[in-house]
Amino acid sequence: MTIASSSPPSRLPTGGAAEAPSRTRTRQGVSGEDRGDGRLAALFITPALLGFLVFLLWPTLRGIYLSFTRFNLLTPAEWVGLDNYVRMVNDPIFWDSLWVTVEYVVINIGVQTVAALAIAVLLQRLTQSSMLRGIVLTPYLMSNVVAGLVWLWILDTQLGIGNEIISGLGVDRIPFLADETWAIPTIALINVWRHVGYTALLLFAGLQAIPNDMYEAARVDGASEWRMFWRITMPLLRPVLAVVLIMTVIGSFQVFDTVAVTTAGGPANATNVLQFYIYGSAFGRFQFGYASAMSVALLVVLSAITILQYRLTRAGRTDLG
Amino acid sequence: MAAVTTTTTVRPVRRRFSWGRAAGWTAMGLIVLITLLPFYWILRTALSTNAGLSADPTNPLPVDLTTSGFERALGMQSAEEAVSQGGAGGGLDFWRYLLNSVLVSTLITGCQIFFSAMAAYAFSRLRWRGRDKVFGLFLAGMMVPAIFTLLPNFVLIKQLHLIDTLLGIALPTMFMTPFAVFFLRQFFMNIPKEVEEAALLDGAGKIKIFFRVVLPMASTPIITLAVLTYITSWNDYFWPLMVSYSDSSRVLTVALAVFRAQTPATGVDWSGLMAATLIAALPMLVLFACFARRIVSSIGFTGIK
Repeated sequence: MTIASSSPPSRLPTGGAAEAPSRTRTRQGVSGEDRGDGRLAALFITPALLGFLVFLLWPTLRGIYLSFTRFNLLTPAEWVGLDNYVRMVNDPIFWDSLWVTVEYVVINIGVQTVAALAIAVLLQRLTQSSMLRGIVLTPYLMSNVVAGLVWLWILDTQLGIGNEIISGLGVDRIPFLADETWAIPTIALINVWRHVGYTALLLFAGLQAIPNDMYEAARVDGASEWRMFWRITMPLLRPVLAVVLIMTVIGSFQVFDTVAVTTAGGPANATNVLQFYIYGSAFGRFQFGYASAMSVALLVVLSAITILQYRLTRAGRTDLG
Repeated sequence: MAAVTTTTTVRPVRRRFSWGRAAGWTAMGLIVLITLLPFYWILRTALSTNAGLSADPTNPLPVDLTTSGFERALGMQSAEEAVSQGGAGGGLDFWRYLLNSVLVSTLITGCQIFFSAMAAYAFSRLRWRGRDKVFGLFLAGMMVPAIFTLLPNFVLIKQLHLIDTLLGIALPTMFMTPFAVFFLRQFFMNIPKEVEEAALLDGAGKIKIFFRVVLPMASTPIITLAVLTYITSWNDYFWPLMVSYSDSSRVLTVALAVFRAQTPATGVDWSGLMAATLIAALPMLVLFACFARRIVSSIGFTGIK
């Protein structure tokens, strides 16, 4: 049997990121010989459906339920109504960690998006080399833990090569991860290092959809690269950019690993991001109910962002023409 | 079997010298440097001694070239020996964690891809009542951030008495992810109906069609998805951190953090830590190198465009 397969452009998983609304067609017309495949379908769907119900739907509902209880894992959960939420609203550490998280997301996403866009455009305008694209993607293959540890070492105040270079330039050493003002920007940039290549390749894929003729025509008209970027690339990339932005924002809000291995929330709660506080509440203080309530709050924030992005994407889609 | 990913052929950009292009290449060079230098620094540090690292922190080459960092990470040194070389002597055994990581990632990837492919087949090529509703439910599942289910899933795994087991780590993602189902369904739907009908005429049943026609035809996206799933589960930290407590279920990411936490009084054992980091990272670099072209060219969007 000879099989020729041409694959349509596919898309990478991003760990629970939101999906773009897809134009999925379900074939409606049933031709004569098509009978139902009920039994067979039941067989094929069972494992996945079981996994879906037990490890996704049930935990989601249970997570919401637990947020209304006092639960320490040892004794049965005890219904306490809105107590956890009241406590949350009055908890300065919660607000502080929400603020730290937002600060992280803004720096992380701001830098990452600009850098990824620059890399994608450079790749598009300079070369189609897949080797170069592979290189750009390598940090993405590392775990957050690895990325965190490597930069922890490079930025070490005493021995790190980063600080050696800084002091070589005659500037004072910077305790990047041990200083309250530097810690969050540093962690945000470490995660930019790991994720920027992946984001760039997503944008690059979006750029591929822009017909080359447009650039040719613009060049004939004497347009500069700078002008072409703002007049052709940006308007046509906008819908892709919107989706990528939201995917990355949602991922960014869930930051945990890098904080856990580099600063563990310190110094003085300066990097106590929401997910880290939630983890500490559950596994450090065994307040699973309170931790669940904060998770629900995060879920609400992320859902709001997702809904907002759908609006924006729909609005932007007409641009592609 | 010819499985070739076609990307849009792009006419070569005119190659003539311009300051703009030179600046562009310079920027690109800088980006490659920032991307790759940390990897070199891991290697350089792992091959140095801790004494050498503090004596000569700026040396671009390994200081006192040695493999003692690796020996420490792999538990091949005695505690005294390790301590004398700036290690913690905590007896971490990265062979063990390497094996655990391989087992967990293989179990997750193998099962998840296979079960997701089965579901995707049912959603795309089989006709049954309620199909679109169930699929809609799966799609809605994609909206729940993975992190939200971790806490309740931990409670569940605890109730199942699977805490601190490899199965407990693998279980939640072993059956499917909505994304994998969605992703594969897209490809299965693109398989021409004629191919399936021809096989039906030859007397093949639908199960046979799944194994003999659909799976082989979708081998490219399946391999891409499998590699990415493998990398994702290999790199996962938060969930294994919750579930594993002891060596028996400790995976590499968690072990690295433990290694880091065991800082000896003399300061961090950077040489050993970077050696351990390399051990954790290398398998994914090799895996990626084998499939790089395929993966790189398949990053894009099915949803939009």
